[in-house]
Amino acid sequence: MTEEQEDQIIICRCEDITLREIRDLIRRGYQTMDEIKRASRAGMGQCQGRTCRSLIAQEIAQMTGQPLAEVRIPTFRPPIRPVKLGVLAEAEE
Amino acid sequence: MLDLADAVIIGGGINGLSVAYNLARLGLRKVRVLEKNYLASGATGRCGAGVRQQWGTEMNISLARASIKKFEVMNDELGYYRDIEFKQKGYLMLAYTGKQLEQFQKNVVLQRSLGVPVSLITPAEAGGIVPHLNTEGLLGATFCPEDGHVNPFHAAEAYALAAKRLGVEIHPFTEVQAILVEDGRVRGVLTAAGTVATPIVVNTAGGYSAEVSRMAGVEIPTYSERHQILVTEPVEPLQGPMVISFYHGIYCQQTPHGSFIMGQGDPNEPKGHDLGHSWQFLTEVARKVTWLLPPLKGLRLVRQWSGSYNMTPDAQPIIGEAAEVKGFFLAVGFSGHGFMLAPMTGQLLAEKILGLPTTLPIDMLGLERFARGELIREPSVV
Repeated sequence: MTEEQEDQIIICRCEDITLREIRDLIRRGYQTMDEIKRASRAGMGQCQGRTCRSLIAQEIAQMTGQPLAEVRIPTFRPPIRPVKLGVLAEAEE
Repeated sequence: MLDLADAVIIGGGINGLSVAYNLARLGLRKVRVLEKNYLASGATGRCGAGVRQQWGTEMNISLARASIKKFEVMNDELGYYRDIEFKQKGYLMLAYTGKQLEQFQKNVVLQRSLGVPVSLITPAEAGGIVPHLNTEGLLGATFCPEDGHVNPFHAAEAYALAAKRLGVEIHPFTEVQAILVEDGRVRGVLTAAGTVATPIVVNTAGGYSAEVSRMAGVEIPTYSERHQILVTEPVEPLQGPMVISFYHGIYCQQTPHGSFIMGQGDPNEPKGHDLGHSWQFLTEVARKVTWLLPPLKGLRLVRQWSGSYNMTPDAQPIIGEAAEVKGFFLAVGFSGHGFMLAPMTGQLLAEKILGLPTTLPIDMLGLERFARGELIREPSVV
C-alpha cells in the first residue's frame, strides 16, 4: 500500500485518524494501544474506540510481530455511551 | 541494557523527562530514564492540562512564570515535530466569599510584583471575559491572560524525543526493584533486566514517590490522593479561559481540540493509590458546572478517569538531594501542579545535580524543611 492510499483510509472515525498516522506512530516505536491512543487521539472520541480498537491492535500485531492476542487493550472507561451534562446534573444520587 | 550510567531517573512522566533532557543538555553523558509503564502513563497523562501563574506563594509563582515562558517556545527549543498545543486564553479564578476575595487581593499584589500580568476584576468584567458565566453570587475574580492549556502527551513526547536526540536512553516497561545504597551514597539500581551502577538516582515517580524513596532508605512525607476528571465531546470554540472556583472546588477548560476538561477536588478523598472513578463525581461536577456555565448542559460527557495528586504537608514540591543519601535526588510532591512546573523543575534539578548555580533559588524546597518546620504553605490548590 502506498502512503497516499494509507492517507485515504480512516481508522478512527470519531477523531479522523488515518492508517498512515497510526503506522507512522508504530514506526516511531510505539508498541501499545495505550501509547497510540494518547499520541494520536485514536479511540478518544464519541465511540471510545469501538471501531478503531481492533483495527489498531491488528496493525500493531502485524508491524511488530506481536501475537494479536498479546496486544494490550487500553482501559475501558465510563460512560458506555455519551451522556449530556444536563442529564447528569438532574440525576439522582 | 548497559550496566553503567551517569544518572538514572526513575519515572517517565513529564518531570523525569524534563530532568533527563536538561541533564543531557548541560553535558551529562549517560542518562537513563526507567519507567515501569509507558511514558506519561501516571499523573502527567491524567492531569487537567492547565498551566497557570496565579499561585499564592512567591516560589510557585516564580516557578510557574518561568515555566510558562518555556512552554511559549517549547516547540522550537525541543525541535518538536508536532505541536504541544499551548493555548494562552487565560485563567479566570472566581471568589464567592470575603475571605477568598481577600486572599485573591493578596495574591494579585504578590503576582504583579513578580511580573505576572494579572488583574483583580469585577463580576461584570468576568462576565465580559466568559459571556456564558453565571455571575450570581460572584464577589470578584482574578484573570491572567497568559495562563492556559498545554497537551500533556505532546509535551512529554517533545521532552522524550529531544532527550533521545541528546543521547538519553529511555526504557519504558522497566520497573526499578531496588536502589543500591552503600556508606550513605547511591551506588545503583536493580531492575528485572539487571543492575545499573550509577552515582546519581533521581526520584520523579509521581504518585509512587514515597515508595521509591523508601527503596533508598529515605522517608519522605508525601502521599497520593485520587483526583477525578472528565472530558466531553469536542465542540466549536466556546470558552477561552480556564474557569476555577475554589468555592465549588471545580475547574473547567475547553481544549484547543474542542473538548471540555473538568475536575473537582474532593476534601473527603482518602489517601492511597486508588485510580477508580465514581458516579457521584459525575453528578456533582455536572450539577456545579452547569450552574456555573449553563450552556455546558448540552455537552456530552465521553470519558471519565482519575489520577494521583502526590501531596506534601505544605502543597509545595520537594526538589533537591536527600541529605542522608548522597546522590539521591527528588523532584516529587507537586500536589497537583507538577505538569505546569515541569519545564523549570527539570532545569533547576539538573543544575543542582551538576553542582551549577541554580537559575532560581530552590534551597527552601529541600526535604529538610519539614524537619525544621519551615513550611511554605500554598493556599491556592483545587
